[in-house]
Amino acid sequence: MSEKQQHDHEKHLREEHLMLDPLPRGQMNDMVMESMHTTSWKFWAVFFILSAFVAWGLFYSWGKMILEGLGIAGVNRPSYWGIFLVNTVFWIGISHAGTFISAILRVFKAEFRRPFTRAAELMTTFGLVQAGFSIFMHMGRVWLSYWLFPYPNQRELWPNFHSPLTWDLLAITTYLLSSTMYLFLPLIPDLAMARDKSTGWRKNFYKVLALGFRGTEGEWTHLRHAMNIFAWAIIPVMFSVHTIVSWDFAMATRPGWSSSIFGPYFVIGALHSGMGAVVLVLGVVRGTMKNMKYFIRPEHFDGIGKLMLMISMGWGYFFFNDYLVQWYGGDKWTKQLLHWHEAGPMGWMWFAMLIFNVVIPWAVLWNRKWRSTPWLVGTVGLLINFGMWFERYIIIPISLTINRAPFTWRLYKPGIEIPLSLGTLAFFILLYMAASRLIPLIPVWEVQEGQMAHEFKKFGRETVVTVSELE
Amino acid sequence: MTTIDLNLVGAKGALVEEAEGKWGMVIDQDICTGCQACVVACAMENNIAFVGEEDSGYGRSMHWIRIERFWEGEYPEVKMTHYQPMLCQQCGKAPCEPVCPAFATVHSQAEKVNLQVYNRCVGTRYCANNCPYQVRSFNWRDYNDDRLDEAIASLKNHFNPDVTVRRRGIMEKCTFCIQRIHKAQDKAKSEGRAVADGEFTTACAQACPADAIVFGRVDDPESLVSQLARQSHGVHHLEELGTLPRVTYLVGGQ
Repeated sequence: MSEKQQHDHEKHLREEHLMLDPLPRGQMNDMVMESMHTTSWKFWAVFFILSAFVAWGLFYSWGKMILEGLGIAGVNRPSYWGIFLVNTVFWIGISHAGTFISAILRVFKAEFRRPFTRAAELMTTFGLVQAGFSIFMHMGRVWLSYWLFPYPNQRELWPNFHSPLTWDLLAITTYLLSSTMYLFLPLIPDLAMARDKSTGWRKNFYKVLALGFRGTEGEWTHLRHAMNIFAWAIIPVMFSVHTIVSWDFAMATRPGWSSSIFGPYFVIGALHSGMGAVVLVLGVVRGTMKNMKYFIRPEHFDGIGKLMLMISMGWGYFFFNDYLVQWYGGDKWTKQLLHWHEAGPMGWMWFAMLIFNVVIPWAVLWNRKWRSTPWLVGTVGLLINFGMWFERYIIIPISLTINRAPFTWRLYKPGIEIPLSLGTLAFFILLYMAASRLIPLIPVWEVQEGQMAHEFKKFGRETVVTVSELE
Repeated sequence: MTTIDLNLVGAKGALVEEAEGKWGMVIDQDICTGCQACVVACAMENNIAFVGEEDSGYGRSMHWIRIERFWEGEYPEVKMTHYQPMLCQQCGKAPCEPVCPAFATVHSQAEKVNLQVYNRCVGTRYCANNCPYQVRSFNWRDYNDDRLDEAIASLKNHFNPDVTVRRRGIMEKCTFCIQRIHKAQDKAKSEGRAVADGEFTTACAQACPADAIVFGRVDDPESLVSQLARQSHGVHHLEELGTLPRVTYLVGGQ
């Protein structure tokens, strides 16, 4: 290799990989601060439209439903749980991506994760908020929902610890608390950075949140210890949450639901929709926020694309496994149910689910060039989310239609669930938009740390990239 | 007064309970004419709400007992099969009980029936999902509030004072007319004797013109209901699920 070729090779690697393309610390901090401060009229237009959606879809519609009863929703005798539970499972699924990316990729030291761990962790917390909304919405008497919590009371009544719903509530609460703490810990150095670089109300805001972090050796040691403990501890929590959510169904005495594979099937489904949502959000962030093209590059879409492909294959396997075992079981009600899935009035949804979850990801993501194209991977992510929402819709209202009492079989038609679903979606995007202007969306210290660890080394004539261990 | 030991209700209660239970029912499908008298009598006895045509057509009827109709063959070669009155089977191991997160559906230790505690129910509807017989009904709206429906106001005086009127957002189900059980037990106690077989019966059994429904003590082998249930053509619905139903159906007898 000649000198010039060598130079071109290095230049090419720099352009491709964020970790090999360092900028001065101050400049990078300024870029992140700038992206946080820049808002156009378009941002505010979307912000107010979404606020209107939240006000109408979430608060007005929910208030109306609390006042009038669940009759204005579409739930009926066979389909006692409708879109409310579909949304709950869906949002918990979305929330899995954050932990997967930031905890699992962190403990496995996958270097490409660095610039977008925060973007993914925010999805965890905000997704769980929507899941909470959705599950409380579906209760007949939501004003008494505190009865589901084990609180000390005069009558010494406890929640029923035999009920999967009680486990579910405890699991989701644990996950919400631990994921919020896990979001906050790596945020502290960035908040301290933002505090040092801002004035006015923002200064006070960051001052409170940064907890007086000054970046001393001792503070870093403690922070690293805490993050390490949380990263390891949150992984089993993540797996258990969706397994327990699946037990709401798998523990029930119903055809199509009482399936022992539901635990891992739900976990992989959650990762599938979560990764799809992360890639979609990254595409939007890269396209709309200032300076993000430097931080989020095609290599990141390539990396997530590979994960998406693997998870899609995993989902395909578990879907097939679930289907095969249920079919082979030969139960006459399950047979009716499987027939209803494919050939019933909602059969289109079953086929759309397979196309969006398996066919399209496999067709697109095998190609390195295609999966490095942000808009294309983002679109695949969006379609996967449609597919996964369909999957939950098939498992809940459509499977509920078929039970062991054929006299009650009746199709479910959504009512006020539609504005309520749009309201939760709008609220998720709204929270995300607000967060993108209030906290540094890119974990700057983590990027800088990664860039410090990467360097070019010459071995004879060959230039190779080396990564040194910092922690 | 009946006391419920909270340590023995719910799933625990169902597990320790013996298979035979206390109160039971026999329904003879061979002589059921499908006249719906039991449905009406039950609605009057238990203050069941009128949900209206639209909600009823959408699967929101709230009757605690319903007459299921089935047929064999394809149209036009259709043959009716037996009418099938379906009500809560008062399972010994009820699938609805362990899934309630609030202990709102519990097993009565004294009467060995499955109870719904209206004022404890928060309306998760998990019990109804898990009921293989689909006999639980949910209050989708405030059907009994006359401020919402003027037509209800004139019907207010029909309410049975012995039974709670339910509000929106809670689950309800057949109780085997527990108010009648208690009344008969109180009367017998005041007279210093045991409740005799056939001394009282449930509203549905009382109204049945064909006497297709018989109610009584299944733990007493000499009672009418036990003798009828012992016949060879008696079946339990969805027995393979191990729910230990207390209602025996007679079908295909001579």
